[in-house]
Amino acid sequence: MKKELLKFAAFALLVMLMPLAFKGGYLMNVLVFVGINTMLSIALNLLLGYAGQISLGHAGFFGLGAYLSGILTASYGWNAWLAMPLAAVTVGILAYLIGFPILKLKGHYLAMATLGLGIIIYIVFNETVDLTGGPSGLSGIPNLAIGGLRFDSDVKNYYLVWGFTLATVLFALNLANSRVGRALRAVHDSEVAARVVGVNSRLLKVQIFAVSAIFSSLAGSLYAHTMTFISPASFGFNFSVELLTMVVIGGLGSIYGSFLGAALLTLLPEFLRAAHDYDIIIYGALLMVMVMFMPGGLVRGVPELYRKLIKLKGGADHA
Amino acid sequence: MLEVSGISQVFGGVTALDRVSFGITKGDITGVIGPNGAGKTTLFNIITGIYTQTAGKVRLAGTDVSGLPPERLARLGLVRTFQNIELFSGMTVHENVMVGMHTKSTSGLLACALKMPWCIAEERRIRENSMKWLEFTGISDLAEVTAGNLPFGKGRMLEIARALAVEPQIILMDEPAAGLNNQETLGLSQLIQRIRETGITVVLVEHDMELVMDICDRIVVLNLGKKLAEGTPSEIQDNHEVIAAYLGEDE
Repeated sequence: MKKELLKFAAFALLVMLMPLAFKGGYLMNVLVFVGINTMLSIALNLLLGYAGQISLGHAGFFGLGAYLSGILTASYGWNAWLAMPLAAVTVGILAYLIGFPILKLKGHYLAMATLGLGIIIYIVFNETVDLTGGPSGLSGIPNLAIGGLRFDSDVKNYYLVWGFTLATVLFALNLANSRVGRALRAVHDSEVAARVVGVNSRLLKVQIFAVSAIFSSLAGSLYAHTMTFISPASFGFNFSVELLTMVVIGGLGSIYGSFLGAALLTLLPEFLRAAHDYDIIIYGALLMVMVMFMPGGLVRGVPELYRKLIKLKGGADHA
Repeated sequence: MLEVSGISQVFGGVTALDRVSFGITKGDITGVIGPNGAGKTTLFNIITGIYTQTAGKVRLAGTDVSGLPPERLARLGLVRTFQNIELFSGMTVHENVMVGMHTKSTSGLLACALKMPWCIAEERRIRENSMKWLEFTGISDLAEVTAGNLPFGKGRMLEIARALAVEPQIILMDEPAAGLNNQETLGLSQLIQRIRETGITVVLVEHDMELVMDICDRIVVLNLGKKLAEGTPSEIQDNHEVIAAYLGEDE
């Protein structure tokens, strides 16, 4: 337990010092997205990596958070600090209600159902033009502010978003190492055995689905208030797949893995500018390579690779 | 303690169980035996809420529990183990047993995630108490091993430890000796008797006749979906119908 806390403290310190290294350059903006994507990956990982339930519709919950926050503040003049939790609660309730019928499904059927859900939400964003502005998007979303401090620069947004992200990391770590986290992993490994020892797997799956949706919604709200402009294109099927890729590449069932996956997939396009048109091919190839050679994700695969290299070197020295 | 009355199960026109009735006395070790295809596992799956029977009732300590899901039965004190052990293979041995204490702990999702003081206290209690069951089944030295890496015999012990952590009134074991060597079977037979000594009623489906005759107080014999006989081991050994069912009919 002590070790866990130290690890988290080191991670938090790293996050806090990061801006000093970049001195507010363009990369700061990208790091804000790393924070948002880390939140989303952790949310999806709780569902996919812990409970073993797939979702191909998480971009939808992300979008709902963004649009609810955006519409309430930009169109109805709400305070953003009020809009955000309201959006999260609404999305949570929605996920809870949808969760009961949808999570009865398993495997491919669940994937299809969540895929459908994501697409429906995406279509709603596009078609309810009066509310969302349709395909041309919703602009004029206010920044968050505390008293006189407005989060209107990349550095300020960095600290705002990462504050939420660190809270999410802590929340997820605590949950993972608790009786509820163990029950989730138990359902993942053998649902029937979990039920036999008294775990209400059906309720638990729905609960974690709702929690996952709530964090996705919060990430969406943060996205809306830091970008000040949103459009449906950011919340489509492609992004759901990208999230899934982050979770798998980082490592299923690892909170810090989710950060690694999110960081890699957010930063990679910045370095692959030249190959922009091919990014989806690169993602696909990356996913294939990872699943084939590092099924445990970066968080487990890299240390293993390192150990192998050390061993190889040790062997060479002997010879 | 446990009473099944008139249980029938029909799978797409095939009658797997036909009006099976018997009672199990509190504190007994009861064996359910029968040739392959007799319907033992089906009966077990019905009693433990995995299947829902076509007809008939299951009563646990006087209350009707027919059709209740397994997680409800666990809270009422009924647990089971599986023929092909079902472990949480990605978790450690210790964690497996900790999951067994799920019904004996109450912290909710939010309280756990916010690490409320009572959750920390409860977590400590779960950690300590679960160790007790590992010691009881003799696998405490394997506590930190990943369950998926356990040899079969140890996995069986872990499954029993996890079931005991539920602190059940009655435990049903589906072929606990299957896949065990002689020495492991001996250990199992001692373990089952120690479980009974703690006041837990034991029911087993088993093929190992020696084990069944050795430790069971009563035996129920099924054949072709029907109850063929019921009695003490010596009564069963002398029952002509049972002998005929096992060895084939004599002209």
